Amino acid sequence: MQITVLLLVLVGLTAAGYYMGRASAVRAVGGRIAALHSVPAYYGVYVALWAGLPAFLLFLVWGASENWIVMQMVLGALPQNMTDGSEQSLSLLKADILNIAAGISTGREPDPVVLAAAERYNMLRALGDWMLLAIGSALAVAGLSYARGRIAPDLRARNLVERVINVFLVGCSLVAILTTAGIVLSLVFEAMRFFTVYPIFDFLFGLQWSPQTAIRADQVGSSGSFGAVPLFAGTLLITLIAMLVAVPVGLMSAIYMSEYAPPRVRATMKPVLEILAGIPTVVYGFFAALTMAPFVRRLGESMGMSVSSESALAAGFVMGIMIIPFVSSLSDDVINSVPQSLRDGSYGLGATRSETIRQVVLPAALPGIVAAVMLAISRAIGETMIVTMAAGLAANLTANPLQAVTTVTTQIATLLVGDQEFDSPKTLSAFGLGLVLFVVTLSLNMIALRVVQKYREKYD
Amino acid sequence: MSIQTRTHVKAAEATNPQAAAAPAAKMVARDVKVFYGAKQALKGINIDILENKVLALIGPSGCGKSTFLRCLNRMNDTIDNCRVEGLISLDGEDVYGRRIDAVQLRARVGMVFQKPNPFPKSIYDNIVYGPRIHGLASHRDEMDEIVETSLKRAGLWNEVKDRLREPGTGLSGGQQQRLCIARAIAVSPEVILMDEPCSALDPIATAHIEELIDELRENYTIVIVTHNMQQAARVSQKTAFFHLGDMVECDDTEEIFTNPRDERTQGYITGRYG
Repeated sequence: MQITVLLLVLVGLTAAGYYMGRASAVRAVGGRIAALHSVPAYYGVYVALWAGLPAFLLFLVWGASENWIVMQMVLGALPQNMTDGSEQSLSLLKADILNIAAGISTGREPDPVVLAAAERYNMLRALGDWMLLAIGSALAVAGLSYARGRIAPDLRARNLVERVINVFLVGCSLVAILTTAGIVLSLVFEAMRFFTVYPIFDFLFGLQWSPQTAIRADQVGSSGSFGAVPLFAGTLLITLIAMLVAVPVGLMSAIYMSEYAPPRVRATMKPVLEILAGIPTVVYGFFAALTMAPFVRRLGESMGMSVSSESALAAGFVMGIMIIPFVSSLSDDVINSVPQSLRDGSYGLGATRSETIRQVVLPAALPGIVAAVMLAISRAIGETMIVTMAAGLAANLTANPLQAVTTVTTQIATLLVGDQEFDSPKTLSAFGLGLVLFVVTLSLNMIALRVVQKYREKYD
Repeated sequence: MSIQTRTHVKAAEATNPQAAAAPAAKMVARDVKVFYGAKQALKGINIDILENKVLALIGPSGCGKSTFLRCLNRMNDTIDNCRVEGLISLDGEDVYGRRIDAVQLRARVGMVFQKPNPFPKSIYDNIVYGPRIHGLASHRDEMDEIVETSLKRAGLWNEVKDRLREPGTGLSGGQQQRLCIARAIAVSPEVILMDEPCSALDPIATAHIEELIDELRENYTIVIVTHNMQQAARVSQKTAFFHLGDMVECDDTEEIFTNPRDERTQGYITGRYG
């Protein structure tokens, strides 16, 4: 309640600050706006920022630390012997206090001391919120009047405002970077926990993948074997099949669209291809599982081959189709960015269109095409759904595309589906796989970026 | 082009004493009209391009001189909705006729562009690109010879003979343009078209190219589009002045620059407009 009021007060003061700042800037020069250092709106924003920003920062800091501060105060008031125990009993005590404070029954008769602590907790929080409202409003008003007092024709309002905006922009880009870094770090630490249970060498080079572990000591079951080579091989096989489909088809369609198609055809074809890229992969997945896989099996049988009903071929083929728009759209952009002057030069020497494409346009576009293929590969490696549905979960180590194989991502998905113990090697192995996957796709993307950068500036 | 236009052109040729007095015309343009969609860019151009002479096309921007140049080797074919009417012949053969293919024509009528556009290949491969696609040379020795003679003719041999395997894009602007000229020469064309070949170059590189044009005249017929009056005066024997899609006058270069017949020509060359 108090917080809502505070935010409303802040919005009101900020808006008021804007108009007051603008008005007093205009007044300060008697209406001759040209005499101001900045445009009047900047003075408005300057005052508004002073009114809103400090109070808002206070609000953020308080919001982040309120629970902790209040809890420390509550615990400090409790008798010494209650807070002295182990870390676990302390966190149990905290949970009890919080539950009672929130009105949730803990299922047993509460200790009167805890009850009193919970009441105190609620009281302190309410007090804190009132204080926040009071201090926040005061801060906003103080900021507003300070900024207003500083307005003068030679105040460099634009520069100050732009500095604040600059900091804000830096903050936004940091959010993305820090989140990624956090995810990577958690991946690394969990993977390291896995490697303490299971040797990294056996993981990377072992030929046997069967992640089932016995839950009880007396249970009959495998002890779990985490040799990831069958998964890497399966991923490689399916990615290879997908690329064999996607790269030629995608590249040819890109060449048609950019070099041969009349503008009107191109204008319709390109969006349609890009719509293909928007189909959810699950939809491709059941197309693969229900249409493609039986088709491959029947085809194989009619030629006298034994094909399992879930085959790498079906999954890889459908994945290739999924990636076609990706390859063709990127390659089309790259081919289009080859300067017309190169084509003219080639035509001017009497080259035909196909000679020009093969010997001038494609070599010039090659770095970009390579980058497109790299990105497509990392997409294929990261694809999960199609493989889960169409290629199965059996970790066969085989190069035969007619057999069922499984991939890294599929295994990660199955390892983490359902109820898990978070410290069993079965669950932790998913982090190991995730780390490998991350390293592979990251290096592919980096190579792609490097290739593009190295050859790009040539024509500008 | 309709048959009617063709007979009309023939008749014009018979009655035109100027055409009869120029038997050494390598290329002839009669009543050439070009349309981009509905917009007419050229309004009936008549020019004789004399063998082993340099013809300069001058005129303000957008007057159609580049369009005309690109008609001569059918580079306009690559532009959608561009339509060409009238007669253009090379050695008496209609270049838009059935017997000549645009690809063959461009091997005989080479082109050098405004901006140097070497292919992203080695210097060597840039030169042998044309001969290779036309099957002019199959053996290594023949190719080496073509590369050497072309580069020598383009005055670039001494500068690049030790780095033939390096990319052509690594050369300086002037060197790149001479490489493009060498590339055009390598397919042994009869006519070379140059579309403002020096506009992207510094004065020293420009002087190089101008010298080169003068030497090339011995073996080739050259048509050059230029915005630079001095350049036209220095390198050409004939000059044609274009204005708003019309050819205003075409005469000996000296005549045009010292004694222009049309006042628009005079206005342009003295810098009053354009």
